[in-house]
This record gives sequence, structure tokens and C-alpha cells, in this order.
Amino acid sequence: MNIIDQLLGDFFWRALLGGFGVALVAGPLGCFVVWRRLAYFGDTLAHSALLGIALSFLISIPLNLGVIITCLLIAIALVLLSRTRALATDTLLGILAHSALAIGLVTLSFMPDIRVDLTGLLFGDLLAMTRQDLLWIFGGAAVVLGLLTVLWRQLLMSTIHEELARVEGIPVERLRLALMLMFALVIAVAMKIVGVLLITALLIIPAATARRLAKTPEHMLMLAIVFGFIAVSGGLTLSWHLDTPAGPSVVVTAFLAFLLVYSTARNVSN
Amino acid sequence: MTDRLVQLEQLTVRFGDRPVVDHVNLTVNRGDILTIIGPNGAGKTTLIKTILGIQRATSGKVLLTPGLVIGYVPQHLSLEATLPLSVKRFMMLSGRSASECEAALQRTGVAHLLEASVHHLSGGETQRLLLARALVRQPDLLVLDEPAQGVDINGQAALYDLIRELRDELHCGVIMISHDLHLVMAATDKVICLNQHICCSGHPADVSHDPAFIETFGNQVAESLAVYHHHHNHKHNLHGDVVNGNEPHGACDHEHH
Repeated sequence: MNIIDQLLGDFFWRALLGGFGVALVAGPLGCFVVWRRLAYFGDTLAHSALLGIALSFLISIPLNLGVIITCLLIAIALVLLSRTRALATDTLLGILAHSALAIGLVTLSFMPDIRVDLTGLLFGDLLAMTRQDLLWIFGGAAVVLGLLTVLWRQLLMSTIHEELARVEGIPVERLRLALMLMFALVIAVAMKIVGVLLITALLIIPAATARRLAKTPEHMLMLAIVFGFIAVSGGLTLSWHLDTPAGPSVVVTAFLAFLLVYSTARNVSN
Repeated sequence: MTDRLVQLEQLTVRFGDRPVVDHVNLTVNRGDILTIIGPNGAGKTTLIKTILGIQRATSGKVLLTPGLVIGYVPQHLSLEATLPLSVKRFMMLSGRSASECEAALQRTGVAHLLEASVHHLSGGETQRLLLARALVRQPDLLVLDEPAQGVDINGQAALYDLIRELRDELHCGVIMISHDLHLVMAATDKVICLNQHICCSGHPADVSHDPAFIETFGNQVAESLAVYHHHHNHKHNLHGDVVNGNEPHGACDHEHH
């Protein structure tokens, strides 16, 4: 207990532990982002997290909860709006992503008595990781991994062929909702490490790197987690020693791993 | 289970104001092979998607026998290149045992591809994989959307033969969409020619003689199947709308003289 207590007392180790928790869920979710072409969608949700923070301050609820609820609401709004087909999905996403970010920033500027570290929110803050954040991260990770395990076959099947899945009695719409919930959770917890602007990178880059080496979907998922670990530990170390911003450092490390794998590994994947 | 698997009653699907499927009645029994033919945009895919429960009907009824297991062979397997997937893994996602999956692949002639990547299959191999995927569920009803697409001519005939054999083995019903008229005519029990509404239906030989069929597919196709012109009470324009109808166009009661 003493060692654990000491480790948790040190904010570098707290951040690293939190980063591992984030990588644990960013890997699997990142695979779904890549498989389902949700990169822009993820970006939109991540940007709306800032709006969630502003709203949490307004109505005084825990920040994480505010972010999760806002992301979920935006996700559901997106699904409903894209069904009307009034605008192309990428146009719609572009509008919502930047509007949510802008409204969040404007709302925050109206609250001068609340001190917010905007840079930390946008790009992640290594020093801001508290024990309570760790609880949130590992609690969220447990929920996401639990859901993924239970729904894995159905989620995979509806990703491969939605109509075939539907004919086979898989509840495609409910699964989509579950996936949104998981996204909201991951964004709420990953925000601490990489900041809202770079969450999508932490989702996509490790998954894309894993693709090069993976033979099965499960294999790709595991490798994405491993590359997430590498990105987080490398990035935080960089941030610690060179005093660079945490989020960008993590993403730079992820990108270097991506370059390394794609330039050296022969494509042996399925 | 009764012999009747599917019954459509006055099934209509509209996209906006446009009827895509218009008052269609049909029945499929166990052991039937029903082929849907028709020009592009005739509502063929929409019709089967309504049967499959993917598309909602605007009005009318789709009655399926309770407990009906449907094996669906979609037109494409458009898989993201980023998703690594072997043939075996794809089959196993059906939730059936490895031996059942292998047996199904064996039956459709692609068991040797068990370890291959789904991304590296040819058009014909993909169709046979999708057929095996439908087969492993032991379906009461097989629904195929242009199963021979991307398959070469020899492969097409073999594929339709296989579908007929599977019908006999599983004693299931079959509904398929096809453009391969010559092959379909030989492989099917009943053809419906769809152009929003059912233009004509019946045994392949009768249909190829039907003026509605000739109207829809043009003389060349019709002549190559059968030369049998006679009077027809309506025509279709390029959009498939009925024009020059001599009488109100109800349940497509063609007058044959």
C-alpha cells in the first residue's frame, strides 16, 4: 500500500497511470472509429466536450458528467439530423463540431469568476491529474471494456455488414447507441490527457498503426492498446522532461510509432 | 411450420411521393424459387428489403411465418480495408460452430479459402462465401440480391445450379433478384417482372411470352427468349410510369388476345 500511495502521490505516475487507463479504451474505440469511418464524428463529439465543460460550470455539476451528457446529446442529435439528409454528413459534422467548440469558448468567457485553464482543456494537462480523475478514468474504462466484451460479436457483425446483421436479428440501432455512450465516456476520460482538440488522434493513430500488423479484429484491438500505451508513456515522458504540452507530445509519439511501423513492417495483415 | 413462408398483401413503399413498390401481392411457399426481374429502379431491392425487415412498408402487409429463419445474401460485401477479417472469422460471426461453418463453406465450394482474407477474394468467391454465410443459419428462406454479380458466365450457371440444389437440400424457399434472364429462366419456378407494380408473373416460359415482359425488357431480350407479341393494355415510359393506359390501371390485368 505504501508504494502505491507513494506512486499516487507523485503526479507524473498519476498521469502515466491515467494515460494507461485512457489507452486501454482508446485502442478498442479507435478501431471502431477507423472501421466505421467515424473520424470526423469523433472530432465533433470531442469538440462538443468543451461545451459540456461550460455547461457543467453553469449548472454546477461534475465536469466529467457534464461532458458525458453533452457528448451523448450531440451524438444523438447527429444521428437524428443525418437521417433527414438535409445536409451531407460531413457538412453537418463540420457545422456542429466547430459550433459546439465556439459556443463552449464563448460561454466560458462569460464566466470570469471561474478560473479555467483553457490550454489544459484544449491540449491536455499532465499536472492536472487528480486521484479523483483516476477513479473516473478506470471507472469509465471498466464500463467501456465491459460493454465491449458483452457486445463484441454483435458490434463487429453490424460493423461488417449492417443489413446482414439486421436480418440476423442483431439490434443495430441499440448497438449504435451503445457505441455513442462508449464514445462519450472515452472522450470524457481522454480529455484530461490529450485535451479536446487531439482526442481523435489518440483514437485513430494507434488503431491505424495496429492495422498494419493485425490478422484479426481482436489482434488489431490488442495492438491498438499497446500502441496507445507507447504513445502515452512516450508522450508524458517527453512532456515531463522537456516541459512540452502533454496532449501534443502524446500525439507526436503516436505518430512516430505509426511512421516507424509503416516504413519498416512488411504488410502481413489480413 | 406451414408451407407458406412469406405473404405480401398490397405492399407499398413510397420514397417521398414516389411509389417505389406499388401494391404488390405475392406468396412464397417452402420449396419455391421466385425470381424478381425488372429494369433499374424498378423497386426490386426495395421489395426484398421490405421482406427482410430492413425497409419499412408505407402501407400493406408483410406476413412472415412465425419463427422464420432468413438467410440473406446481399449484393456486396463492401468491407472497410482497415478491418482485418479472414473467411473463417466472418463465418464464425454467425455464432455457429466451426464444423458447421466449414461444412457450409464446403457446400458452396470455397472451403479451401478458410484462412484467406476476405479482402483478397474474387467476385465469385465472395458470392459463394456470402451464400455459405446464409446457409450456415439453416434458413427456411434464402433471399439473394443479384447473387451472380461479378461472377463470370460459367460461374453464373454453376451458381444458379447450386442455389437450386440448396433449395432441394434445405427444402427452403428462395427469393432472388436477377438480371441474368437466360439463366434465371432455366433455374426458377416462378418469375415476377417488377416495375413498381407487378407487370406480369408466372412460370418462366409464360412470362417470356407476356407482352408486359416484352414492354419492359424490349424486343431484343424478349425475342431471344421467345417471340410472342400480342396486345398489351399499357406502356411504360423511360421512368417506368404507366402511360397510354386504356383503362384504369389496377391490379395489372393485362388483356391477352
